[in-house]
Amino acid sequence: MASRIALKDTQREQRIFAARTFSALLIVLALLAILLSRYYTLQIDDYETYSTASERNRVQLQPLPPKRGLIFDRNGVLLADNRPSYTLSLILERVDNLDETLVALTELVEITDNDLDRFRNRVRQRRPYEHVPLRFRLDDDEQARIAVNRHRLPGVTIDAQLQRHYPYGPLFAHALGYVGRINSEELASIDEAEYRGTFHIGKIGIERRYEADLHGRVGYQTVETNAHGRVLRVLERFDPRPGKDLILHLDYELQRVAHNALAGRRGAVVAIDPLTGGILALVSTPSFDSNLFVNGISTRDYSALRDSPDVPLFNRTVQGQYPPGSTVKPIIAMAGLEAGLIDPEFTVPDPGWYRLPGDRRRYRDWILRIRGTGHAPEVDLKMAIAESCDVYFYDLARRLTVDGMHDYLEPYGLGARTGIDTTAERPGVLPSTRWKRLALNQPWYPGETLSVGIGQGYMLATPLQLAVATSVLATRGERREPRLAQWLGDDPVEATLQDPLYADGANWDSVIEAMREVVHGERGTAKAISRNMDYEMAGKTGTAQVIGIAQDAVYDEDAIDERHRNHGLFIAFAPLDAPTIAVAVIVENGGGSSAAYPVARTVIDAWLAGETG
Amino acid sequence: MAEYVRQMPDAIGPLTRPPGLARQLHIDLPLLVLLLGLTAYGLLVLYSASGQSMDAVVRQGRYFVLAYVVMFVLAQFSPVRLSRWSPWGYLLGVTMLLGVAFFGVGAKGAQRWLDLGLFRFQPSEIMKLAVPMTVAWYLGNRILPPSPKYIAACLLMIAVPCGLIIRQPDLGTSLLIAASGLFGVFMAGIGWRFIFGSALVAVLSAWPAWMFVLQDYQKQRILTLLNPESDKLGAGWNIIQSKTAIGSGGWTGKGWGQGTQSQLDFLPESHTDFIIAVLAEEFGLRGVLGLLFLYLLILLRAFWIGMQAQSSYGRILCGSITLTFFVYIFVNMGMVAGLLPVVGVPLPLVSAGGTSVVTLMAGFGLLMAVSTEKRVVGQ
Repeated sequence: MASRIALKDTQREQRIFAARTFSALLIVLALLAILLSRYYTLQIDDYETYSTASERNRVQLQPLPPKRGLIFDRNGVLLADNRPSYTLSLILERVDNLDETLVALTELVEITDNDLDRFRNRVRQRRPYEHVPLRFRLDDDEQARIAVNRHRLPGVTIDAQLQRHYPYGPLFAHALGYVGRINSEELASIDEAEYRGTFHIGKIGIERRYEADLHGRVGYQTVETNAHGRVLRVLERFDPRPGKDLILHLDYELQRVAHNALAGRRGAVVAIDPLTGGILALVSTPSFDSNLFVNGISTRDYSALRDSPDVPLFNRTVQGQYPPGSTVKPIIAMAGLEAGLIDPEFTVPDPGWYRLPGDRRRYRDWILRIRGTGHAPEVDLKMAIAESCDVYFYDLARRLTVDGMHDYLEPYGLGARTGIDTTAERPGVLPSTRWKRLALNQPWYPGETLSVGIGQGYMLATPLQLAVATSVLATRGERREPRLAQWLGDDPVEATLQDPLYADGANWDSVIEAMREVVHGERGTAKAISRNMDYEMAGKTGTAQVIGIAQDAVYDEDAIDERHRNHGLFIAFAPLDAPTIAVAVIVENGGGSSAAYPVARTVIDAWLAGETG
Repeated sequence: MAEYVRQMPDAIGPLTRPPGLARQLHIDLPLLVLLLGLTAYGLLVLYSASGQSMDAVVRQGRYFVLAYVVMFVLAQFSPVRLSRWSPWGYLLGVTMLLGVAFFGVGAKGAQRWLDLGLFRFQPSEIMKLAVPMTVAWYLGNRILPPSPKYIAACLLMIAVPCGLIIRQPDLGTSLLIAASGLFGVFMAGIGWRFIFGSALVAVLSAWPAWMFVLQDYQKQRILTLLNPESDKLGAGWNIIQSKTAIGSGGWTGKGWGQGTQSQLDFLPESHTDFIIAVLAEEFGLRGVLGLLFLYLLILLRAFWIGMQAQSSYGRILCGSITLTFFVYIFVNMGMVAGLLPVVGVPLPLVSAGGTSVVTLMAGFGLLMAVSTEKRVVGQ
């Protein structure tokens, strides 16, 4: 080959380009010919077929929505059911005059403007052969009236559909969540094909968390219809795959007992099986009827729920973040024991208040306003927990430092979402110097460490977190992600086991013995519930301040507004030697822990009775 | 140096007749007439496809006005200047694509837009012109046919924006842009052996990828793409409906505004990607033939302009734009008729939508710039 010279040979390039243009043109013509032959085949050869298809005997594709999975409690009690519901629908391609039909229907059944608006929205999203719902839940009379007039209402049908029903309404509203009609936002994020013929989707809670499994897979059938839309025969059928049933750890009976024990007060109960991490009861009161949401709650009902000062829509068990108060003391005590800062014999002098070195301010013990003095001249670990001595824990907190407490408490599940299989869980706050710098951009003050030592100040925990922490104590260090679901169809739901928390056996013994003393001890803060108890329980009371009380002012329960009263808390597990249940209770503005511990007793009684009986 | 080389043989080219008005305005009159004809035909179909909505026609008409203005403006630049700008446009486009990847706004799971405050902007549109222009600039300055080194550089130049666009994810646009770049390389005259060789390698590497690399769900997606009729509730529905619409049109069609499939809303996207089905149903095979004939005339004129171009840059650019225009036609019409996978490609200058019309007409603006190059240089 001749040597290449670095000069452009324009004429050669033009020749190359001409050749390329020619080849390109040939390819273009060939492809155009293919296109043309395709259109020729469709429009000339197969004209008859397609013409007929578009004319009368139409082959239709009908989606077959899957049956939504049912939800059961641990004993097989049905908590979420599917019931037939009758829906008035229109098939647009068969309706002669939509406006006239709507007017005629308005005379037969009650159709609100709201129904009409939603119908018009749906019309835009659905295909003409699909059934577009106009009115849900027709009663028998309405069905009859439509049926009688059907001959003059082409395109109007009544569809029977299975629809979610929650037999126990408010009792499980927060534990299960609910389904509702698919909105346009959800429509954008789901596979529309999977939801053809389905009008509902899990909105919150378990219904949302397990939506993919509960929903199932859509099926379809192709049918041949005559000009009136009557199905002549099914040509092809592809069955839907029903959603998986869900069996929960929840116990219907325990849930009911816990719900009733709260007796309409604002509060929450979470009960966990410490051996499995399964949630036995998840109660938040006041509650609401989740059936209201299934077909779109009316504006009036919704604003009533939304604007109620008791916030019934708020799931206190996972969304409510409260100061845990003295219920953290057993864990702080574990931290002190493990760090070697205290031992069971170690004592702290308790004049009823505590002073930081170099600070004139007095940090008072709650006992001061009752007795005018401290718990005892010298307080040891057992007494500190049993009588909930603040001074002992002020001293320990100062020596542990806030970051020391943060690091020790973290593995108990505080300060981070527990990972429970429901929605809307909140993380609480486990303060540290780093947290305060990041969240508030402020330095940490020594006095704040003392507040953390008694579960006040910045510290916040959800009732679920407290129950999880309690079950860590009950199992002496076994940590599990809490789970509501036990079985998904035929598959067990894995409860993730986390790294266990190692601690000296003697330290667990000391703390758990002190917690036993809370309930069974002569001066235990919850000794009121030990009467007639035929098992042993370990517990810890807590009182969470709702408003700050000035150092010199006195907290007077009667004088202050009910909404400003202290929250009452209680954590407990039982039986002492082989725990099968761990419970956390909060009663908002209950005044003190005395509002909470009877609830825990009732719940644990019911559980242990059910187990043995 | 490149300019010097390029201008040499033409500087003395004879002017056989005085420039007409169109020439002075840098307009290629035959091409303009054909485009106007296509525009009119498209608006006629759109009126029917949009449910006989004059609003839709007026809106689309406004886009066309804007598009013709863009075309006219671009036609005024000399290819020399366009060539010099090409790499900068390319860099700007790639920068904006990176911007989309990091700061872009999305809709329905795809992140394609840059929010510039006043309006949203899709940088991949720039690349539809920037990639062929840059390939033309790069190869136009080389000795042709290009050596493997330069071909490799071109492929890299094409791959970068395409990779970014695939990630948005927008497979359709990415493939169109890749095609436009590769057409440039093709027109520059790379060897047939090279073309067939890479095609063979692609086919051979697809097999192990299918066997060992792809996950089941990815395979399923590809199968659905290749055979949309298997996905009866999704893409398959569209194809069944569009085929019914086309087939029931017959030779004469059902008449303007009389298409039952289209008018009863059986046909999805009837005024955008699937508009050819409306045309086929209402105007029949006659109407399809008419449209293809118009397209063919435009393609022929565009090829002609490329042949007449005075620089490698102009030739490569024209060839690339013309072939890309054809790909739009082929992919869209093939997809609606069930020949090709369903990818979101509009029918050029007929489907409703502003962006594609403006981009396409900008491409024709470049063609016109090239078509009047001779006079500009000659005088």
